[in-house]
Amino acid sequence: MVRIRIHYARTESLRYVGNLDMHKVWERFLRRAHLPVAYSQGYHPQPKIQQACPLPLGFLGEDEIIDIWLTLDQAVVLDIAHALTTLEQPGIQIHEITQVATNDPAMMTQITAAEYRVIYLDNENRHSISARIEHLLAEESLLREKRGKKYNLRPLITSLQLKSIQPVEFEMCLSAKEGATGRPEEVLTELGLDPLAARYIRTRLLVG
Amino acid sequence: MTGLQDLENRLERILLSVQKPGRYVGGELNSIVKDWNQIPTRVALSFPDIYDIGLPNLGLAILYDTINSRVDALAERTYLPWIDMESAMRNADIPLYSLESKQPINKFDILAITLPYETLYTNVLTLLDLAKIPIYSKDRDQQYPLVIAGGHATYNPEPMAPFIDAFAIGEGEEMVHEIINTYQDWKKSNAGKTELFRRLANISGVYVPSFYEPIYNPDRTLAQVIPIEAKAPAQIIKRIVPKLPPPPTRLIVPSIDVVHNRIVIEIMRGCTRGCRFCHAGMVTRPVRERPVPEIFKAVQGALDHTGIEEVAFLSLSSSDYTNILELVDQVSLQSTDNHLVISLPSLRIESFSVDLMEKLKGSRQGGFTLAPEAATEKIRNTINKPISNLQLLETVRGIYSRGWTNIKLYFMIGHPMETLEDVKAIVNLCQAVIAEGRKVMGRRATLHAGVSTFVPKPHTPFQWVPCDTIDQIQEKQNFLKRELRGPGLKLTWNNPYETLLEAWLSRGDRRMAEVIFHAWQNGAKFDAWQDMVNFLNWRSAFETVGIDPTFYTHRERGEGEVFPWDHIFSGVRKAYLLKEYQASKKGKLTEDCREGCYACGILPTFADSRRQYPGKAWECPDVSQPQSTLQEIQVN
Repeated sequence: MVRIRIHYARTESLRYVGNLDMHKVWERFLRRAHLPVAYSQGYHPQPKIQQACPLPLGFLGEDEIIDIWLTLDQAVVLDIAHALTTLEQPGIQIHEITQVATNDPAMMTQITAAEYRVIYLDNENRHSISARIEHLLAEESLLREKRGKKYNLRPLITSLQLKSIQPVEFEMCLSAKEGATGRPEEVLTELGLDPLAARYIRTRLLVG
Repeated sequence: MTGLQDLENRLERILLSVQKPGRYVGGELNSIVKDWNQIPTRVALSFPDIYDIGLPNLGLAILYDTINSRVDALAERTYLPWIDMESAMRNADIPLYSLESKQPINKFDILAITLPYETLYTNVLTLLDLAKIPIYSKDRDQQYPLVIAGGHATYNPEPMAPFIDAFAIGEGEEMVHEIINTYQDWKKSNAGKTELFRRLANISGVYVPSFYEPIYNPDRTLAQVIPIEAKAPAQIIKRIVPKLPPPPTRLIVPSIDVVHNRIVIEIMRGCTRGCRFCHAGMVTRPVRERPVPEIFKAVQGALDHTGIEEVAFLSLSSSDYTNILELVDQVSLQSTDNHLVISLPSLRIESFSVDLMEKLKGSRQGGFTLAPEAATEKIRNTINKPISNLQLLETVRGIYSRGWTNIKLYFMIGHPMETLEDVKAIVNLCQAVIAEGRKVMGRRATLHAGVSTFVPKPHTPFQWVPCDTIDQIQEKQNFLKRELRGPGLKLTWNNPYETLLEAWLSRGDRRMAEVIFHAWQNGAKFDAWQDMVNFLNWRSAFETVGIDPTFYTHRERGEGEVFPWDHIFSGVRKAYLLKEYQASKKGKLTEDCREGCYACGILPTFADSRRQYPGKAWECPDVSQPQSTLQEIQVN
């Protein structure tokens, strides 16, 4: 058994795909490449594929990470890269493939934060953005509710800055630990912007 | 900013506000995006329901592949947006567009719509409206696309006649090329739209409804449908491809979940069983099988091109495919992937079917489905689907004892000659089936009885038969709901109003079009969706138009009555259908026509095709000498 780690970009073609469907896309991609993906034991065996940090539906990702277990004695990373990159897979652009120890802790537990670029699509609501950001960052706590649970958004925001005004574009770094994940839509809502009127690009996942 | 960029920007702005936006963006593996400006003829293919339902449709997949194989044409897809997206599009002034190039549908040369079933009709009007194309054919000048429809429902095209420019009746693989060629020649000629229609009407299988006029009798029945254009044929004969071309393998792989997430390979077209209720079994004759090596190659190709983990072999009756055992052995033994699932629908009720399914790895996941259709010998003789309860019980015993825990049985109520006794027999049979399961695995055994209501379809031996009334259907359903219960038993049925709607739409004449239009204006849409269909929209539409719906559904039609679909010829003669109808009343069976020809009419209609492809290519007898064979068959 070998475990490989793939860094890739999720581009426009797979932007509106949810987490489960993304899993399916990878399964089929690997099957087309004739890579022998390992399956879990049990009554309903599942392919051993782990996304480091599922990308929300509607988001683009510039540097996503996925781990895959293959039933090979040894992996020749170049061969695997060749098998995948010679195939067309709309929406996935592979940057890098590495081999990692099979018993390495799950990527999910190692991710601590994520960086985003957010481009606002509407013209209204644009004035005084900088002031609103300053105001938001000055707050000690931003109490919000998600699925009926109260939480404080403020400590989840590591950084937030305005990159451009025409169009309005932000860069932000948000916590991405299990149980403490900041969502950029929530930040936009706090800024008084319509969270549906934005293009979200996750640019990087940070390992702690 | 180009118009295209503008549309994409406006789209991006609304996509996060709707459910499953992945339906509206295209970009799937194996979708084909050609250079819009470089291709002379652009065809939009549409399934008039949402993406999830439409994408798996094999007919459109074949046409997509066929058209895109031409260098001088492109095919792109469009589906109907769900209601949330429809209103978002209307608010943002986004017209219906194609998934590939994001071009407005009204910029295409041809809009081809598939109509596999009738409850899609109002959706066609929504589709045209969202595309900003006038709904009535007569209101469309040549700046609008040519609107074509095909698919099984169009064997009775009349209810949709005023909305559609031309119907393509029968199999499209060859006809589509002739339509495109004709369109291209016409475009070069700079002639008007009527000239285009005239040229299309010359293509065998193409029906241009505006060239025909229905004449009615004083009692409102149809006297005849007459051609009012010199060259329009009196009868339109369906098209067939004498030999099935290899199946498409570069199938589009949806990036989101859709109703059937699987590779579909059609192994055989047509059916020799002759079940009298079955529309598909009558209109898809003759039976043509694909050779095993061709299917095997297609499976390998499709797996490589799609990576999809499930393959379904499509046909009307898998068990009747001559080399079914060889096919199943080959795919299950040679497949190297242990996680591949192969499904084999429409198996006969016999123990051999259990052997077949057992060979297919992973097949136990989905349960085992059988379609006895009826529970008494009397009805099975009426509908010409003879199997004995003994045989059924023996088969289900085999299924449960080999480890399947769930069996699904399809029945129908509302068969001709049916009494409440026949419905009671469904309950008794289901109890006997679940009892078999209990013996084998105790409480783990389950049985799902799907009981739908029969609709007498055009071009079948039952086209003369009336439908059950709402009261009759409800009485039978109430009985089933009361009696068919108990641990492990599950019953599903159809809303009787939906059944009647299907019946009006499939049996209607051209006057029905106005009802469809009014129902649509009243808000009817997605009529195939249980929670969407609204009977009141339809009742008030019938009232507005002044038509009594029972005229279409609750009247036994006289043997001499002219049907609205008589000018569309499926190749199966009306005289043959009538003979079968009469046999049904006597409970007389007609054997599988592989055992001997019953002269349904296919051979004389397609004698040339048969002569071109003799022997094993069809399951019909050979026609060697044109004249004598023709006579022999007619005497038969």
